[in-house]
Amino acid sequence: MFGTVQRMVRRSSIILVAAWLAVVCGVGVALASDGEAAAASAGVAATGAPWWVWPLLLLAVCFLLGVVSVLAGVGGGVLFVPIVGGFFPFGLDFVRGAALVMGVAGTLSAGPRLLRQGLADFRLAAPLALVASCSSMAGAMIGLVLPADVVNIALGVTILAIVVILLLSRNPEYPEVPEADALSQALRITGIYHEAATGRDIPWKVHRTPVGLLLFVAVGMIAGMFGLGAGWASTPVLNLVMGVPLKVAVSTSSFLISITGTSAAWVYINRGAVLPVLVVPSVIGVMLGARLGVRLLARAKPSSIRSVVAGLLLFSGVRALLKGLGVWN
Amino acid sequence: MAEKGGISEVQERYARVLLAGKRAGLFCLVVSFVLYLSGWCAPHIPLARLPDYWGLPVEEYLAATGSPAGWGWLALAGHGDFMNLAGIAVLAGATVACYLSVLPLLVRGKDRSYAVIVALEVMVLLLAASGILKGAGP
Repeated sequence: MFGTVQRMVRRSSIILVAAWLAVVCGVGVALASDGEAAAASAGVAATGAPWWVWPLLLLAVCFLLGVVSVLAGVGGGVLFVPIVGGFFPFGLDFVRGAALVMGVAGTLSAGPRLLRQGLADFRLAAPLALVASCSSMAGAMIGLVLPADVVNIALGVTILAIVVILLLSRNPEYPEVPEADALSQALRITGIYHEAATGRDIPWKVHRTPVGLLLFVAVGMIAGMFGLGAGWASTPVLNLVMGVPLKVAVSTSSFLISITGTSAAWVYINRGAVLPVLVVPSVIGVMLGARLGVRLLARAKPSSIRSVVAGLLLFSGVRALLKGLGVWN
Repeated sequence: MAEKGGISEVQERYARVLLAGKRAGLFCLVVSFVLYLSGWCAPHIPLARLPDYWGLPVEEYLAATGSPAGWGWLALAGHGDFMNLAGIAVLAGATVACYLSVLPLLVRGKDRSYAVIVALEVMVLLLAASGILKGAGP
């Protein structure tokens, strides 16, 4: 009986979240279309709604993104850029700037706890963060130079690739690492974390560190160029390539975003591409949503939530691609 | 390197500074945003006019609104909209403060490789924050 009720609650909450997002996105499309029509006749980038509607809508969307991102184990930025970029009237430069600041604020919040619990590891993160922050800075500079339609096409393709990664990746909890590689031994990248679920201390070491470093160059570049949080890529690299236990990989990945996102965020800040009216509702919305998400985590079914997220990303990715190609403006 | 509850002193200090930076940044961000929206600090661009500009590419936005790039916003920090950038700068600066705080520990512990990595990261973040690298445009 209790199980049936739980299942019903779970299903209805997933449907509710999906429906809410669909409604908000629908309203966004309708309002944005009105705005474009008005802009066409007035010759300015006016929208059909009063200015305060958009930050309020953004707060609501970011609250939901915060809930969903915790439940699905993906960063908020990867959902934020395609959804807000596709369905809100804000320029893509400002959306990416807001996403980076939002990502940094979110990961700064979680960082201290993750470091103190030993789930995020500084020795593992520091070398990877160094290469990724250099490339994310370069990515941000390239992203700000490219025309919006080119960025939209590349963003759409990237988002669709992320959907494939999200659906296909099967992350092992404790990957097997027969022997630590020479570089990780020299840097003493190893640790022990306490697994609260089993009460055991889990020792871990890493391999293929040079490959991991190379992959983080690409991860940083994409993160900076599109303003996406890099959790969708850095967790698989840490877990599948370097053999880091899943919990340490997820936590260290979150900690890494606070560093790599910062260097890209500075490029956007200095370029003038950070609008407080976008950033503050996004930061507050995602943080509040993430708190609710953590509470719902125990009851939610991750695979169902991931399917909803994959569906949203698929839709947003196609939207970005078509927008870039001039098919759906 | 000394350990406290299985966590290195470096990691513990990094976490402590990060927590302080996060709190300071969020506090500045929320307070300045309230001042901005309430109209206590008049914005450089009136809120009602923002929809005319926020859909533009950044270069056109700066030209149309006469907003500065780089650290030029400091001169306009009395305006509500630019005041918010102080909170954002504190948040974005927290990581540099964390790295700087652990550098002496690494040097003292003779952890040369990580001292070099941390010093390089500080240089990268300071370069990003300096505004020297901000992409094309004015």
